[in-house]
Amino acid sequence: MSDQPRVSDDTKRALPILGQDGAGVPMDRRQALKVMAIAAAGPTLASCAPGEAPVDATIPAPTSNPKAAGTAWDPDLVAPSVPWERTLSADELASLADLCDVIIPADDRSPSASSVGAHDFIDEWVSAPYEGNERDLVVIRGGLLWLDRESTDRFGDGASLRFRDCSLEQKHAICDDICYEPNAPAGYEAGARFFDRVRYLTSTAFWTTTNGMQDLQYIGNVPLTRWDPPPPEVLRHIGVE
Amino acid sequence: MRRKAQQEYDVIVVGSGAAGGMCAYVLACSGVKVLMVEAGRDYDPVTETPMFQLPKDAPMRGAGTAEKPFGFYDATVDGGWRVPGEPYSSAEGTDFLWWRARMLGGRTNHWGRISLRMGPYDYAPRSRDGLGFDWPMSYEDVEPYYDKTEMLIGVYGSNEGLENTPDSAPGVLQPPPAPRAEEMLTQKVCAEQLDIPVVPAHLAIMTQRQDADRLSRALWPNNALAQRVTADSMRSRAACFYATPCGRGCSIKANFQSPTVLLPPALATGNLDIITDAMVREVTVDSSGRANGVHYVDKRTRIEEHASARVVVLAASALESARIMLNSKSGAFPDGLANGSGLVGKYIMDTVGAGVGGQIPALENMPPHNADGASAMHLYMPWWLYQEQARGQLDFARGYHIEFGGGRKMPGFGFMGGLAPFTDGAYGQRFKEECRRYYGSFLWFDGRGEMIPNEDCYCEIDPGSVDQWGIPTLRFHWKWSDHELNQARHMQKTFASIIESMGGQVTSTVHDDGARAIARPGQIIHEVGGVIMGDDPNRSVLNQFCQSWEVDNLFVTDGGCFVSNADKNPTLSIMAIAWRASDYIVEQLASRSIG
Repeated sequence: MSDQPRVSDDTKRALPILGQDGAGVPMDRRQALKVMAIAAAGPTLASCAPGEAPVDATIPAPTSNPKAAGTAWDPDLVAPSVPWERTLSADELASLADLCDVIIPADDRSPSASSVGAHDFIDEWVSAPYEGNERDLVVIRGGLLWLDRESTDRFGDGASLRFRDCSLEQKHAICDDICYEPNAPAGYEAGARFFDRVRYLTSTAFWTTTNGMQDLQYIGNVPLTRWDPPPPEVLRHIGVE
Repeated sequence: MRRKAQQEYDVIVVGSGAAGGMCAYVLACSGVKVLMVEAGRDYDPVTETPMFQLPKDAPMRGAGTAEKPFGFYDATVDGGWRVPGEPYSSAEGTDFLWWRARMLGGRTNHWGRISLRMGPYDYAPRSRDGLGFDWPMSYEDVEPYYDKTEMLIGVYGSNEGLENTPDSAPGVLQPPPAPRAEEMLTQKVCAEQLDIPVVPAHLAIMTQRQDADRLSRALWPNNALAQRVTADSMRSRAACFYATPCGRGCSIKANFQSPTVLLPPALATGNLDIITDAMVREVTVDSSGRANGVHYVDKRTRIEEHASARVVVLAASALESARIMLNSKSGAFPDGLANGSGLVGKYIMDTVGAGVGGQIPALENMPPHNADGASAMHLYMPWWLYQEQARGQLDFARGYHIEFGGGRKMPGFGFMGGLAPFTDGAYGQRFKEECRRYYGSFLWFDGRGEMIPNEDCYCEIDPGSVDQWGIPTLRFHWKWSDHELNQARHMQKTFASIIESMGGQVTSTVHDDGARAIARPGQIIHEVGGVIMGDDPNRSVLNQFCQSWEVDNLFVTDGGCFVSNADKNPTLSIMAIAWRASDYIVEQLASRSIG
């Protein structure tokens, strides 16, 4: 694997039990585990309703799947891993991390994209052994060099200038020309496609982290004891009473 | 348990999914000794399901790949539109996709759980419009088996009394979950502006625990063994806790999968043995031309084995069952087993699919709330233009229903990937703010429509190819008729009008050409037909009890027996028809009429 550490903002894999206001009544962690434990125990514990299960019947959720063959067709879904080597160099990753943060900077609600490993995810993506990913490897690698070339041409003042060494204003000046292909000046189409691809992957990477989901106030993926209609403020928002 | 314990069985069931699981359950509960032969590996949703695992912990954030087309966490093992070492081919001009799942329980592990009954019109389509075929039985014949299947597996939904959209008997359905915000808004707009009914969907997901005593007695009067194993199984199932997608499987058994709902009670009778990793090549016949067992390849040893029984039930999936029959050649059956009609492999169908996406400003900046629900849809639109169709006002003969979703779901691969056109390519702080604003405001509408069987859609043995088990493979032929193409075009225009009526903006292409709107054949994974049933032995392969006309101890209980493919996703009907066929097998075995 790459010598870049896999950045993970939250390694907890078991049941994420969160309290919340509004819809539904969250189960507590112990209760949710009991439901899963009863299912695992099968008919021998069958007479126990969820609330009746003895506490010592609680078992943790599985942490791996020994039945999985470990192939691409039958990977261990319970304890996933990425089976391929990383491709990008440390220097490329540094440039990519910088661009990721131009796309998603830190603010008062959440950190920047690179601080939750967006560049590392893009390395994982472009290193994957699939046709589309191999195409993206060319797009990303070539695009990073294109950015440096563009930085030198515009702001290098005769010397070589890396994009990541530009000022934020200079970076924005370049990105403004490539942030949307229909608006890109002639000659900037390839740069625009590269930027769009990095934005796409950075967005996936960032918003799927715990930090990203918290920023969005996604509050699902928690077991509930019942399902309620949307709360009143939501009904008011959509004009349905 | 995963081996043959006896020399001979009453019934061999090939396949362990919706049809095979149901047959094994009904037969074993009825005291019949059953051997189930499954081509894939053993699989246990209770211990193998990735409940609550997050996209960020999966390779590529869980994105779909050739090996895992529905995403990393999808339950499918050794399956997809490509199966390693098991190729298929298409004739020139055909673009067919064949989905298989080589695992215990087959496709019931990842399916959409959408459980719609075919209605009275759907069993007699030719009588209504002169196209396709009528079934050899009526809705009323199958109705009790729909009730029983829904009681057994647990289905949420409501009785709306709508045309050709049957109600269930009282006490059968579980309460549907309350609709989500985007579903309520869609419902309101469709009612006020478009006259499209939006009603609770029917899904094989339990919103409450089953009343095990009442249901087991209702399902199995006068059968103490069946009551006990069924009630025990029901008591081991929990209600949905409204988190984690059903397509991953369900470790608490709240949704329907054959390995959590059908196979455990069947095994508990002591009347069922299961062999996994056993790929059936052919049904064998004795000198009188009656089925006497199956040849299968033990995938672990790569050695061919034989199993014997009085009756053989093929439930390997429509096209796999046709393949087995076509490969079962003998002196008595030179063109494949029970294929005197020449119809094995013919009249295969999929569902017509087309979709359109939209962005809905009214859903922007939604107050945060949990919108997961039962993972699948809570509401849907049943086909609503029966009268217009009857008056000849539409340029296609059969209906479709609408499935839709979106809203504030867990971010996954591709999240906010389509935002650039809405924001002129925002990046930086503005991109972050736009993502917050637009989160939950995208909806997708999918049509699922009826395809009419035609002579140009069939499969045959490809003479030049065997799979890695030495078994000759299938070659597909396909041609849509204008009914399907025009229907797909109508779907897209309808969805665009819904989105626009909601004040939204269509985000995908709406085609004028139906051939560009329609999904690829096989892509919707509702393939049925190929071993069609009927009234006439010269024009069908099976009778109404899934029994071969020519080989009376051979049955095909999967979707292969379908003679039409209504817009009602086939799994529920497969199970109801398989239960009905199994009751018939039990009667015939008891009277020694077969076997």
